[in-house]
Amino acid sequence: MDWKLLAARLFPAGHDIVESGNFLSGSAQVEGRQVSVIGTTEHTPIGVEIALAQARAVLQTVQAHPGRPIVILVDTQGQRLRHRDEMLGINSYMAHLGKCIDLARRRGHTVLGLVYDQALSGGFITSGLIADACYALPEATIRVMGLPAMARITKVPEERLTELARDNPVFAPGAPNYLRMGGLHGIWEGDLAQALAQALREAGPQDRRMELGRERGGRMLAQTVAEAVRGGGDVRPA
Amino acid sequence: MSYLELNARQRIPAIFDPGSFEEFLPPAARVTSPHLAQLDAPVSFDDGVVVGRGLLGGKRVFGAAQEGGFMGGAVGEVHGAKLVGMLRRAIDEDAHAVLLLLESGGVRLHEANAGLIAVSEVMRAILDVRAAGIPVVAVVGGANGCFGGMGIAARCANTVIMSEEGRLAMSGPEVIETANGVEEFDARDRALVWRTTGGKHRYLMGDCQALVADDAAAFRAAALDAIAALRAQGAVLSLEELLAEQDMLARRLRDTENMRDPLEVWAGMGIPEPARVPVLEAEAFLALAQRHRAPSRKGE
Repeated sequence: MDWKLLAARLFPAGHDIVESGNFLSGSAQVEGRQVSVIGTTEHTPIGVEIALAQARAVLQTVQAHPGRPIVILVDTQGQRLRHRDEMLGINSYMAHLGKCIDLARRRGHTVLGLVYDQALSGGFITSGLIADACYALPEATIRVMGLPAMARITKVPEERLTELARDNPVFAPGAPNYLRMGGLHGIWEGDLAQALAQALREAGPQDRRMELGRERGGRMLAQTVAEAVRGGGDVRPA
Repeated sequence: MSYLELNARQRIPAIFDPGSFEEFLPPAARVTSPHLAQLDAPVSFDDGVVVGRGLLGGKRVFGAAQEGGFMGGAVGEVHGAKLVGMLRRAIDEDAHAVLLLLESGGVRLHEANAGLIAVSEVMRAILDVRAAGIPVVAVVGGANGCFGGMGIAARCANTVIMSEEGRLAMSGPEVIETANGVEEFDARDRALVWRTTGGKHRYLMGDCQALVADDAAAFRAAALDAIAALRAQGAVLSLEELLAEQDMLARRLRDTENMRDPLEVWAGMGIPEPARVPVLEAEAFLALAQRHRAPSRKGE
């Protein structure tokens, strides 16, 4: 979806989001309250510059507008696959962005992610996946990598992966599968402005994704194993 | 004793006080990945990671060691949940510190979506530990390096300790070569791979805070030093620290404009004869680096 169309539907009361080199930033009105918006568009790969620009916008919000919610609009094909990015330590730039978002959360900024088009692995892990809660539009593509690449690396035939991806949420791309796995809190349909306002009201600081994954039948062991390790108990089949 | 050549279960007693480590959910518990069988992939009874608590210099330190010999140390549903459970327990029991012996290719592709979410849960759990005031130290010195989501997670720790042989990055050279061609990154050019992702470059750039020789005793000593320093100065991630990191990362972009090779970057830092950097022994390298490296935090 075009980000301008999305912004108009999310923020009918107005916004001043601007795009600069596929990086989105600005502020918007939600139920009479200002929120900061950061994000990316046109499936742009996340390289060191965009990661740093997003981090700067988060830090500016923390400094200038204590407590203001932050909405992250996610559309990326993943981390940029270039030698220069690796030379400069792209993992450090990504971690820095993740730490800035985490700091904002701990200082009382509600942070929500919304995958409105595409989200792949490295670009997703320090944006939507580190927010208090992450949502997606129904048609959003979310995945770790394409099946051909996955087949090459795992040495599992692509036909076998394709077959598994049909009904197995562990492999299949797409928002409904990430919802089942607990990686998404919900999928927004219809009135996006209302969905956003409600999500901002409901967001909490606890990482509940393992719990959600078990409730929804997508990840049956994560919560049980983490609890067993934490409490020193046994693991029983879920 | 070479740290690189040890496996995860050998590293634990080499780093922690001998005989002190108690493993949570040990192999006898028989908890394996629920997703590997459908791909006819082998399972491991620890799912490639040892988690528990032990003593380090007499202090109660929680820890984990990833096993590079099992699926490259990659993170699946159970592997990730064991790390998260250990990190949460470290907070419950007010650990002195958490020590992560990382060796990982990142997300385990056989459990794609579950692995991706698990890595993000590990990142949040590491930051929860720091927010509780408990130092987190990451060690990267295994043969498989530390890549993908775990390369990001490592940089969520307070301190990263590396050897020259350790590698810390995001996408592996093969992945980049496959995506953008051999001219972009020649994965078979081992010297290029090491000077791009290896410990010396990371140390010069400020992405790792301590560099040691490939020796288990040296890693142990560096971990003890790092924990003592962090206990004294505080482990909580502060706005001030993130603003300093923002400046460091912005400066790095400005200072390396149009540079294509770490040799150019090192020359730009004022290092005489940058081509000699890869051949220097750890001690000689540290003496040289002292004068040129980018400080990665206040007071360094």
